[in-house]
Amino acid sequence: MSIKLENVNFTYSPTTAYEIHALKNINLEIRDGEFIGLIGHTGSGKSTLVQHLNGLMKATSGTIYYNGENIYAEGYSMKDLRSKVGLVFQYPEHQLFEVDVLADVCFGPKNQGLSKEEAEERAKRALSMVGLREKYYKQSPFELSGGQKRRVAIAGVLAMEPDVLILDEPTAGLDPKGRDEILEQIKKLHEENHITIILVSHSMEDVAKYVGRIIVMNQGEAMFDGTPKEVFSHYKELEQVGLAAPQVTYIMNALAEKGFGVSTDATTIEEATEEIFRVYQKRQVR
Amino acid sequence: MREITIGQFYPADSVLHRLDPRVKLVGTFAFLVSLFVGSGIVAYAIATVFLAIVIKLSKVPFKMIMKGLKAIIIVLLITVSFNLFLTDGEIIFKLGFLKITKEGVSIAFFMALRLIYLVIGASLMTLTTTPNDLTDGLESVLGPLKKIKVPVHEIAMMMSIALRFIPILMEETDRIMKAQKARGADFESGNLIDKAKAMVPLLVPLFISAFRRANDLAMAMEARCYRGGEGRTKMKPLHYEQRDRNAYMILVAYLVIMIVAGRIF
Repeated sequence: MSIKLENVNFTYSPTTAYEIHALKNINLEIRDGEFIGLIGHTGSGKSTLVQHLNGLMKATSGTIYYNGENIYAEGYSMKDLRSKVGLVFQYPEHQLFEVDVLADVCFGPKNQGLSKEEAEERAKRALSMVGLREKYYKQSPFELSGGQKRRVAIAGVLAMEPDVLILDEPTAGLDPKGRDEILEQIKKLHEENHITIILVSHSMEDVAKYVGRIIVMNQGEAMFDGTPKEVFSHYKELEQVGLAAPQVTYIMNALAEKGFGVSTDATTIEEATEEIFRVYQKRQVR
Repeated sequence: MREITIGQFYPADSVLHRLDPRVKLVGTFAFLVSLFVGSGIVAYAIATVFLAIVIKLSKVPFKMIMKGLKAIIIVLLITVSFNLFLTDGEIIFKLGFLKITKEGVSIAFFMALRLIYLVIGASLMTLTTTPNDLTDGLESVLGPLKKIKVPVHEIAMMMSIALRFIPILMEETDRIMKAQKARGADFESGNLIDKAKAMVPLLVPLFISAFRRANDLAMAMEARCYRGGEGRTKMKPLHYEQRDRNAYMILVAYLVIMIVAGRIF
């Protein structure tokens, strides 16, 4: 179970004045069960890239394999692919349209050809996965708060029970509390339901805490690809392209420079605390 | 749907882009009038040459201009077939109640030409004029109507907002369509009723987003103390340059030639 991209290129409006080479020779493999952070600033091609993964956009050249099958092969069902690779767009609450929450979440499963009962069952499961309480099920989605709307929209994709879930900036426009809640729910989905997750974001801080692998996009190219530790060790290059490593990376590097003997591997505040504490204790012993 | 070019601006550095928007508005109107006063082969040949020169001057790719025509293909077909089949005169072809006459052919041909030139002329204006300039120009040209209580400023403002929103809503449509496709929506297959039903998940979010945007815009305008046109000054007032006066002269000359050509031939 994997998604594999080979030499994928994409050009917007080729041969016109508005031509943009949005993806340049992307080679990637996304393995089963990974939790990936896809990072890049606005216009780096990250949203374009994820829309290729479920066939919404067709590469100008190159091939994409899902479970070893070429998705551009004749007769390959894009509809099946889209129910396997779920994509939650930026501001997904803008896609809500039904009269009540439950009906809206049922839209996906119904399109998959499930009966009303099955669809509702899945919808309820998806809604409980995103942590929306039952009392909201019969409310109009437009009466909910921003965070709740977003949960409903994410549930709308989850109800299709995809193997891979891609979330494009799922925390954009949410307050810190809403952001942490959504990210925790996504983490839970990964751990408990074993869904492969690709989290698109421009914030290293958000991503560092959760993901096992980071792909950095810059001007249509995959600039770095590795564990958070590996990627953040390039924090100076990241800065040059307008991205930043998490704040702890800076603190740890500054401490190391001053000769405190800390390792600069820490990517979260917890890890950093531990590392500083360890060094501090060692000093006291001495 | 993404092919509609009416109301779209094409950035380039040309004489046409630099002209005062009032000249372009009046020019478009004059061209429109010329198409109706001028008739016959010669007049249309002159109009064609005039249009070709203007297109050349505008530096807008020909393809881009042609795209605007896609929007009127159906109107064009209906007009042509009505004129072609329902005009009385010297019959050249007859099939049942349908007949093609010599007069019909000529009327249909000129009607089609007229419509195509009209749309090209109008889209040339919007392609070379930014929406802001267009509104300023419109407001200024229609200014005298204020005396008879026509809300000129408001009309101009509404127009510019409408024009500005076309590409935004286009993009929004595209995005919502993709989002619903990601949830398994199917916009292509099925009969007419299925297709109409499939539009609901697209249209409802689109309307909601249009209202939301309108609300936001109204709020932003009020926050900047917008209270309509009364006593409102301009940051960049329009003023005519030498090239604008030249353009007016060319326009007058063109109109006179067209009227004369229409009378003589």
